[in-house]
Amino acid sequence: MEEKREILLDIKNLEVTYQNDGETVRAVNGLSLVLGKGETLGLVGETGAGKTTTAKSIMGLLPKKIGKCTGGSILFEGQELLSMDEKELRSIRGEKISMIFQDPMTSLNPVIPVGEQVAEALELHNHDGRTREQIEARVDEMFELVGIPKARKHEYPHQFSGGMKQRVVIAMALACNPERLIADEPTTALDVTIQAQVLQMMTKLKEEMGTSMIMITHDLGVVAETCDYVDVVYAGEVVESGTVEDIFEGKAHHPYTAGLFHSLPSMGKKKERLTPINGLMPDPADLPEGCFFHPRCPGCMDICKRKKPDDIRLGTQTIKCHLYGKEEPQGGCAD
Amino acid sequence: MKKQNEKKEHESQLSMIWRRFYRNKSAMLGLGLLAFLIIATLLGFFIVDYNTDVVGMDMAQRLQAPGGGHLFGTDQYGRDIFARILYGARISLTMGVVIIVISFTIGGIIGSVSGYYGGFVDNILMRIMDIFYAIPYNLFAICIVAALGSGMINLVAAMSIALIPMFSRVVRSAVLPVCSQEYIESARACGTSDLRIIVKHVLPNAIGPIIVHATLNIADTIKAVAGLSFIGLGIASPLPEWGAMLTEGKNYIREYPYLVIIPGVAIMIAAMSFNLIGDGLRDALDPRLKN
Repeated sequence: MEEKREILLDIKNLEVTYQNDGETVRAVNGLSLVLGKGETLGLVGETGAGKTTTAKSIMGLLPKKIGKCTGGSILFEGQELLSMDEKELRSIRGEKISMIFQDPMTSLNPVIPVGEQVAEALELHNHDGRTREQIEARVDEMFELVGIPKARKHEYPHQFSGGMKQRVVIAMALACNPERLIADEPTTALDVTIQAQVLQMMTKLKEEMGTSMIMITHDLGVVAETCDYVDVVYAGEVVESGTVEDIFEGKAHHPYTAGLFHSLPSMGKKKERLTPINGLMPDPADLPEGCFFHPRCPGCMDICKRKKPDDIRLGTQTIKCHLYGKEEPQGGCAD
Repeated sequence: MKKQNEKKEHESQLSMIWRRFYRNKSAMLGLGLLAFLIIATLLGFFIVDYNTDVVGMDMAQRLQAPGGGHLFGTDQYGRDIFARILYGARISLTMGVVIIVISFTIGGIIGSVSGYYGGFVDNILMRIMDIFYAIPYNLFAICIVAALGSGMINLVAAMSIALIPMFSRVVRSAVLPVCSQEYIESARACGTSDLRIIVKHVLPNAIGPIIVHATLNIADTIKAVAGLSFIGLGIASPLPEWGAMLTEGKNYIREYPYLVIIPGVAIMIAAMSFNLIGDGLRDALDPRLKN
């Protein structure tokens, strides 16, 4: 698969820590991912798995005082993002990489009309010397694209409903035609009906504009609907990655991925009870030895407590688990 | 409601603020009082002559009661109080506004930089402000005036410097909660520069308390200037600053109370008008408090 993909973003062994009251929180631990042109990559995982932190390190938006990238590299079109200074980053943000924030309720400035907020990125990255009218025209175009009547562009965020606000946020992120879009749980704050509309719209826009997208979510349904590739993140590392078919239909899975699917209510299968993954995410300030997942893993073996598993490749799929060692998968976790 | 908005031509932000302000009765009263004061002040330019009316003494006419030939009566030197009040409005209002504008601009820059960047910068700036803050601001102004000598310019400088620490604190505390909002992060994600974020995103969201504080402090400043003049450190006689007029009148307070009541009421009206406007502006400036 790699040979056909034109790699736009390549993250290798990213490590991010937060310093907090003398405690070192290891939010991301050697996370690697690749995003090709025109693809959508789903980043799936529990709350606190380090998904948002990863997104923020790509944007260079880690909280300055406490957050730090301690290792690894983020290559964007061959350029190292981590070694860029604030000024270079600013020229990339908004223009080449945009981000859709988690909560549309809070990510719009309440005292600026929405149209102006969409125009902001355009004004900032105005290389072609667009006039005020051209920018306004572009804003109108964006509003039309995301399905908001352009007459409403002079209104303030509080006059919009949640779904409409999310559309504005998306319009903001897409205004400059970014090559890459990071959507941080774009639909979590929305109703299911609006969710579907927004997702459909994003997929459509993505196709029209040829944008690559990282979709951060904990909703597997969203992943199935929108993504080409999926990375399952646990405790700041990718435990399983593959195409969306691998994850949803593949035979072999990391026990965590399997657990995620078991935690999902299903319409098709009749199940008495859900089987949740027991326990909680490990405290990122105090990660366990060996495999990070072993305290919760139903198929935990002795080796898991001592040795960190390596990436095991199975076709297009990569799984970080001792179950899939040199010999054939022993089953048990695959479902 | 949406339908109405669509039909209506988009109205500018200013006219929206005005509409909300207009509905607020007490704010309009404040504005009316201020307008009244300003008109009176402007009238003063035409009907009051400084040399004859304001400082010209006429011992034959001294201590005349209000009414009669002199609307507000005359003082112990036979100067017309109405003329002096009108002329004094010029001094008091200008001083109040100028001092606040100067100290708020400087304090605002310090406060917003400090609040936005935080950490080391914040610590250094705020500790410097703390040093100034440790001295009560009236005392501080008195010290500066005592050192530099009294006079209008010195008084303005003294009061401005004395107020900077407080305003930088106010602005900082208004800016801090805004800085941690997600829309600030989202602005950064658009590639917005720090300066632009502070000016365009942070300050407009923090402006409510700042504006209120500023207008409320115009009233305080007018009183403080009057106070300093009262103890003889502000505007020197014979310039008819309202506070100075109070001082001059205090010796005659038993027999001729109007000598202190009239400048006192003038100070009160000025202070009250700014207070009311301040409150009204706070409500009008916040688009979240819809109508």
